[in-house]
Amino acid sequence: MDRRNFLKILGSGVAGAATGNLLTPGRTLAKETPSAKEFYGILVDTTRCIGCRRCELGCAEVNGLPVPDISESKNENLLKTIRKTSDTQYTIINRYETEKGKIFVPKRCMHCNQPGCVAACLVKAMRKRPSGQVTWDLNCIGCRLCMISCPFDIPKFEYNKAIPRIQKCNLCYDRYNNGVLPACVEVCPTQALMFGSRKQILEEGKRRIAANPDKYIEHIYGEYEVGGTSHLYLSSVPFEQIGFRKDLGTVAYPKYSTGFLYAVPFIFVLWPIVMLGINRATKKSKEDEEHHEEKEKH
Amino acid sequence: MAGEKLETVEIVKEKGESPNIKNLGDFWNFLKKELVPRGHIATPFNIISLPIMLLGYVFIVLRLAYGLGKPVTNLNQEYPWGLWIGFDVVTGVAFAGGAYVLCFIVYVLRAEKYHPIIRATVLNGFLAYLFYAGAIVLDIGRWWNIYNPMIGNNFGVNAVMFLVAWHFFLYMLAALVEFSPTIAEWLGMKRLRKILGAMTLGAVIFGITLSTLHQSGLGALMMMAKSKIHPLWYTDFIPILYFVSSIFAGLSLVIFEGSISHKVFGHQLDEAHHKHYDDILVGLARICAVTMFGYLFLKAILLVHEHAVPYLNSAMGFWYLFEVIGFILIPCLMFISGAQQKNTATIKFAAILTMVGIILNRLNYTFIVYNWYVPLSEKYWPAPMELIITASIILTEVWVFRWMVNRMPVLRKPPAWAIEKH
Ligand code: SF4
Ligand code: SF4
Repeated sequence: MDRRNFLKILGSGVAGAATGNLLTPGRTLAKETPSAKEFYGILVDTTRCIGCRRCELGCAEVNGLPVPDISESKNENLLKTIRKTSDTQYTIINRYETEKGKIFVPKRCMHCNQPGCVAACLVKAMRKRPSGQVTWDLNCIGCRLCMISCPFDIPKFEYNKAIPRIQKCNLCYDRYNNGVLPACVEVCPTQALMFGSRKQILEEGKRRIAANPDKYIEHIYGEYEVGGTSHLYLSSVPFEQIGFRKDLGTVAYPKYSTGFLYAVPFIFVLWPIVMLGINRATKKSKEDEEHHEEKEKH
Repeated sequence: MAGEKLETVEIVKEKGESPNIKNLGDFWNFLKKELVPRGHIATPFNIISLPIMLLGYVFIVLRLAYGLGKPVTNLNQEYPWGLWIGFDVVTGVAFAGGAYVLCFIVYVLRAEKYHPIIRATVLNGFLAYLFYAGAIVLDIGRWWNIYNPMIGNNFGVNAVMFLVAWHFFLYMLAALVEFSPTIAEWLGMKRLRKILGAMTLGAVIFGITLSTLHQSGLGALMMMAKSKIHPLWYTDFIPILYFVSSIFAGLSLVIFEGSISHKVFGHQLDEAHHKHYDDILVGLARICAVTMFGYLFLKAILLVHEHAVPYLNSAMGFWYLFEVIGFILIPCLMFISGAQQKNTATIKFAAILTMVGIILNRLNYTFIVYNWYVPLSEKYWPAPMELIITASIILTEVWVFRWMVNRMPVLRKPPAWAIEKH
């Protein structure tokens, strides 16, 4: 290898390092997320929910989804099975038999403070809005990593459409911008749902627990789970009895991939240097080299 | 595949000199000539593969018309990723790892012994990325947006997937540059050959760096599935496991592919190559054995570190041991004994076992032990059309590989002018 070759290689190494800066996110990731106090969310009081499924209806109407039948006879049948949200249902009510009788639990996107789905998205189609809503956008490429990265299994994909979308609750982001309450909160007849800033609803939750320590267990689901969520739940029985996972931990999900992301810039800069070094070190004497060059063509 | 031999004999005779291409017209005529099939068309391989490929293309149209779900695939809300990501992309990329490993050995460590197989391996790696990683286009629900991570202003720069996408793309360019001297020789473009040849080392170093990152990056994609992957498989070190396993996965594929190529294209190889080949296999087996040993060691440490030992005594635990003992430990021992006794049959068999193990491992992460708590009846299982499309993609790659090997100096000696010293 002559000097010119060497410079070329060096050049590509530098180019590599430069692209590395562009493509390596470690530093930006270290930035703080906006203060969780400004996020808006919903306090769900499962002791108040009567399982009428009006929120399901309101949600479907507002979001242009198939309108569900919420007659009492229908409900009785439907609630026998535990359901999941789907690509046509952003929110659903489940009924659990517990030590304190039947308990109804609304389930939908938790609007995590630091959402796994947002960290997963390579085109920022999933976004955490400054006011807390986690929304989906049309520039999505449909890789479905958000579904894999959501600890609550919330984003759903339209598998049977040629032009599919990711479907999930967006906390009625458009309505929020127009100063209107989320549809589910608006239609709830028992005020089981309360919309407010995370600080407000957290305080309200604590107040209710303090005022009624016999009624509630002393745990607000979402206060610390997966780094905190903007949906908070109150319950009269331990949360695992009403379909919540207790094994999710309090670490924000994006943190699980930071180890790898931090390593990327180092590898990008060090690897080429190390390899170039080895390459130079294994270089043989002049004659050997010529021999080698000739062989290289074989 | 007996018919292939006839084909190759003809070419060796015909391939005395390089074409003389001066302008676009020449190039076009040359390409037209080269595109014509040579030798026997009705070989058993062709007769079997062609219908599968065509069927696959029809199903691809169905997938585009009806969406990603049924009837084409069995993907569902519980299992967003299935065979196409798990096998075509994630396993395919691990298998393509042979290219970066050999480039490291040959160009960085300058172990000349392995030089005879570098071109075929790089070509294979490049095509694997083009086709298998290319299969991602089918799997991506909103494929018309595929350029979004490359162009635009909405970059999810903090996303592992963003890095993987870019690294795939850049690596394909690097692999193309690594292979390009062969194309220049085929076209008889001497000046270009010289320029491209000079770029090789740079491309190699860039390529290895990218490979290190995206091989491990594919593992990092699963990091946020912490609550869904069985604790025996989930560890903070998934990216490192993916990287280390890509070394022996890639080399096993090199051994496997080489043994087939040697049967099919054997006539293109000179004496010296045949003589050295067993030696090369033994060397590759040694590297596989060492990396597999390291991998096993790491796995054992992680088992303790993640407090996962108690899980071993469960159905999932047996499945884990089946994978680790049956498809890592045993082939590792076989590589060692095969290398000691210079027994290439053992080595080849070990390579096949290793490949099965890698397929199992990657599919475990994407759907087998992913959502492991879902009852068996609700588990994802690839649909027939999914399998056929996958087969069709692999066969198409084999056809392209064969076309290129038969026309370009991949296995056979480069033209005389390229061997001369400059
Ligand atoms: S619950 Fe899932 S979809 Fe909703 S914000 Fe959290 S990670 Fe995203
Ligand atoms: S499926 Fe769409 S929204 Fe989800 S991670 Fe992929 S690109 Fe982002």
